[in-house]
Amino acid sequence: MPCSELRLMEVCGTHTMAIARGGLKSLFPEGVRLISGPGCPVCVTPPEVIDAVLELSMVPGVVVATYGDLVRVPGSARGDSLARRRALGAEVLVVYSPMDAVDWALEHPQREVVFLGAGFETTAPGTAAAILDAQARGAGNFSVFSLLKRVEPALRALIASEGFNVQGFLCPGHVASITGAESFRFLPEEYGLPAVVAGFEPGDILGAVRRLAELACSGRAELENRYGRAVSAGGNALALEAIERVFRPRRDIWRGLGEIEDSGLGIRPEFARHDAERRFGVAVSPARGESACRCGEVITGRTEPRDCPMFGGVCTPEDPLGPCMVSSEGACAAAYKYEGV
Amino acid sequence: MDELITLDYGSGGKKTSRLISGEILPRFSNSALGELGDGAVLPGAAELVFSTDSFVVDPLFFPGGDIGKLAVCGTVNDIAMCGGEAKYLSLSLIIEEGLPRETLGRVLDSVKRAADAAGVIVATGDTKVVERAHGDGLYINTAGIGFLRHPGLSPRNMREGDVVILSGTAGDHGAAVMLARGGLLEAGDAVRSDCAALCALAEALLCSGAEVRCLRDPTRGGVATTLCEFAESSGLGIELRESEIPVRPAVRAACALLGLDALYCANEGKMLAVVSAETADRALEAMRATETGKDSAVIGRVSGADGRVVLRTESGGGRILQKLAGAQLPRIC
Repeated sequence: MPCSELRLMEVCGTHTMAIARGGLKSLFPEGVRLISGPGCPVCVTPPEVIDAVLELSMVPGVVVATYGDLVRVPGSARGDSLARRRALGAEVLVVYSPMDAVDWALEHPQREVVFLGAGFETTAPGTAAAILDAQARGAGNFSVFSLLKRVEPALRALIASEGFNVQGFLCPGHVASITGAESFRFLPEEYGLPAVVAGFEPGDILGAVRRLAELACSGRAELENRYGRAVSAGGNALALEAIERVFRPRRDIWRGLGEIEDSGLGIRPEFARHDAERRFGVAVSPARGESACRCGEVITGRTEPRDCPMFGGVCTPEDPLGPCMVSSEGACAAAYKYEGV
Repeated sequence: MDELITLDYGSGGKKTSRLISGEILPRFSNSALGELGDGAVLPGAAELVFSTDSFVVDPLFFPGGDIGKLAVCGTVNDIAMCGGEAKYLSLSLIIEEGLPRETLGRVLDSVKRAADAAGVIVATGDTKVVERAHGDGLYINTAGIGFLRHPGLSPRNMREGDVVILSGTAGDHGAAVMLARGGLLEAGDAVRSDCAALCALAEALLCSGAEVRCLRDPTRGGVATTLCEFAESSGLGIELRESEIPVRPAVRAACALLGLDALYCANEGKMLAVVSAETADRALEAMRATETGKDSAVIGRVSGADGRVVLRTESGGGRILQKLAGAQLPRIC
């Protein structure tokens, strides 16, 4: 692989956004292209799961508590989203933390608060803490619809997928602060791919990309932690313990990657009372019809936002076709907002 | 799928523009409204400036201000940005059943203080009460009338080489309200709304002898959206330098935490002015001599005719700024 054609992948939505916001692409070493991988929690949530969320939002008495990003994500019908359901009468509460949703549930005992637990290992500990808190405080009307996902199984599935063409990974600093830098050791050791754990300031990213390019160029499959001020080798033991206590890995569906074994986090049966899927018998049925949206290809690095025929014309942040254009961390939203059409 | 009015239509960005151009202008188009400035200049014996604004803020009280102060400053500022001297305000209250009278009293005290400070009188008003759950505690609409003192301000006057001045730090109000809404802000914290009347600042600039092309207060949609509007109206480009745009460190940190961009966060006490390069120093000096303009800074320049707003980032990259698309929403992580 000549060093003039390096394809590196970032797998964290905050990296995607920081790169776009800082206009960093123009500053990367010549010949280095950074591809946005499946690192935006909203983007990897498939439309059939959003459909289930929308259905749940219409159940009388249910209040959907969510992070802001999910409000505008369309389900399988274009334009149908929590924002639209809210305008139709559904109650949607935007919260900054799952703990706020627990407080709200305690203040409104006659309502059923369902928190949409989206995210990777970064938000899983907070979601676990909210469930433990709800249990301790007797908030029986608080439950979580777990959309939580694990990074490692998705990266393995991505690397094994047809047409995978990436020579190194810029590893997500936030996830690594929980799981530890060592949790990315499998990339160099099992797949021969260099991996650099990076922070989020422009200098962090530029330095890490440069280092990753050097490693990839010289054929050195190594793991390097360049975000030592936040990431330890072993991660955050307390957070990992909370995840382990409340969740267990399960088969899950990813947009663009399909079903992957052990790639999601389901709520353990001992917390069934706080599991929205059990409480409301949530059923995720296959999405209706074909979508012109190519988010699935974008988040697996097979298509760049700009190469999607829908980009900027049919699909814009105001009227998005898919989640990559909705989420503030989505690759398409980043390309649209910060690079212009 | 039938189009519904969602919250995004109130964000001050593209959807708001689409609502105005699709529903309002086709029905009510006239020369006063068509300018789409912050207020309208009314022809007559004396030229008047007329503006109205509605205020729907949650929470009603936030560090640095409250809905009452906001309702006065918002309309007074719109008049000031048109080169007008605000004189009279109307005050319409839409109150949700169950609002404590004490709360209403505190808001009205704040209205009074802000009106006195801005030199306007509340000349007329109205009160309605709606059923519980049909309003968010309290909504206020104010309309204001002022005398036109400095005619001819418009982004269409902009010329290549002109200088863009911002009267202080960007994004304070938006960041403060977002934090206050999440219970993340306490009195004494470094993030506070900048809610303030801009009449003294605008007057100081307009009387300084500087060649002022246009003024606008970058409220919803923030500095970025207002500059996009300038570029759109003038057909000229604007080049900004990120390192020169003042942003409080605490606001920068809050934005990073919530996934917001300070350039898209609302301001309620800031002014953007485009002035000729030759008179930029004089303009800056006049603005910095006022209380609300003491941190004024040149943040960019008007460039060639491409109608784009380009930001040169601190790390040396470049990116295009567009109008805000939908409301800013706090993100996951």
